[in-house]
Amino acid sequence: MLQVIAFWILASVTVLSAFFVVAARNPVRSVLWLILAFFSAAGLFVLLGAEFLAMLLIVVYVGAVAVLFLFVVMMLDVDFTELKQGFLSYLPFGGAVAIVLVAELIIVGQSWVQAGVVAPDGVSTTPEGVSNVEALGMLLYDDYAYFFQAAGLVLLVAMIGAIVLTLRHKPHVKRQNIADQVGRDRKAAVTMHDVKSGEGLGE
Amino acid sequence: MTEIGLSHYLAVAAILFTIGVFGIFVNRKNVIILLMSVELLLLAVNINLVAFSSFLGDLSGQVFAMFVLTVAAAEAAVGLAILVVYFRNRGNISVEDVNLMKG
Repeated sequence: MLQVIAFWILASVTVLSAFFVVAARNPVRSVLWLILAFFSAAGLFVLLGAEFLAMLLIVVYVGAVAVLFLFVVMMLDVDFTELKQGFLSYLPFGGAVAIVLVAELIIVGQSWVQAGVVAPDGVSTTPEGVSNVEALGMLLYDDYAYFFQAAGLVLLVAMIGAIVLTLRHKPHVKRQNIADQVGRDRKAAVTMHDVKSGEGLGE
Repeated sequence: MTEIGLSHYLAVAAILFTIGVFGIFVNRKNVIILLMSVELLLLAVNINLVAFSSFLGDLSGQVFAMFVLTVAAAEAAVGLAILVVYFRNRGNISVEDVNLMKG
């Protein structure tokens, strides 16, 4: 019974906060609603028995992606009231398409469930007495090892891409040139002067 | 109402997906909200994958959800980087003004 109540609470919070993400006037509030949506979706994952993915959702989405969004929203100095213009003009068409889309998706889902499809043989089930994290780890590092590596490559490329895109060299900023520093030898750095007493170097 | 089945989770994911698409439709001036809508779409897909994985007893769905999560993180990073560069060059973030390369 508690599970049912938890499902309804989490599902309604997820849907409501997702709606406020797209409807909020202030992008900072949008990001905060997004964090709430991810958090409640993580709760839904726990209800489904996917504890590891729930934790991953909180760590990756709430901890990294949402905070990244927050940084960018606060970094860009944009007039946010003007950004909302055009919301009402697209509302009727967008709303109509959205209603048709959700009706279609729910009809497809319901009819698929009613058809009573059972899982085919040869699926990777969770073994007896093994936790979700352990089973997922065994599956990920055995069957999906190459895909796991490819996912790491995707992240590496994204990281390099983001750095290359946002890196800029300002013309008036002095930068350290390591090759010059290392290539400087004794001849360039030290000169000998014969200084007479009481006269100084005189330069 | 008393028993939560696969169809309930599918309905939640469907509504979430629709809200994401709706957000892309109505927020034509603000690329940040567009990127957040894309994140909502990917979250809906993840809920679908995990729900099927849980109710059909197949763990592969959760592995795929993890890969979707990876791609979503990469997409957010690159998208926001493009957004920052675009803002530096143009001074606004409106999608409707992205027609510099129009012939």
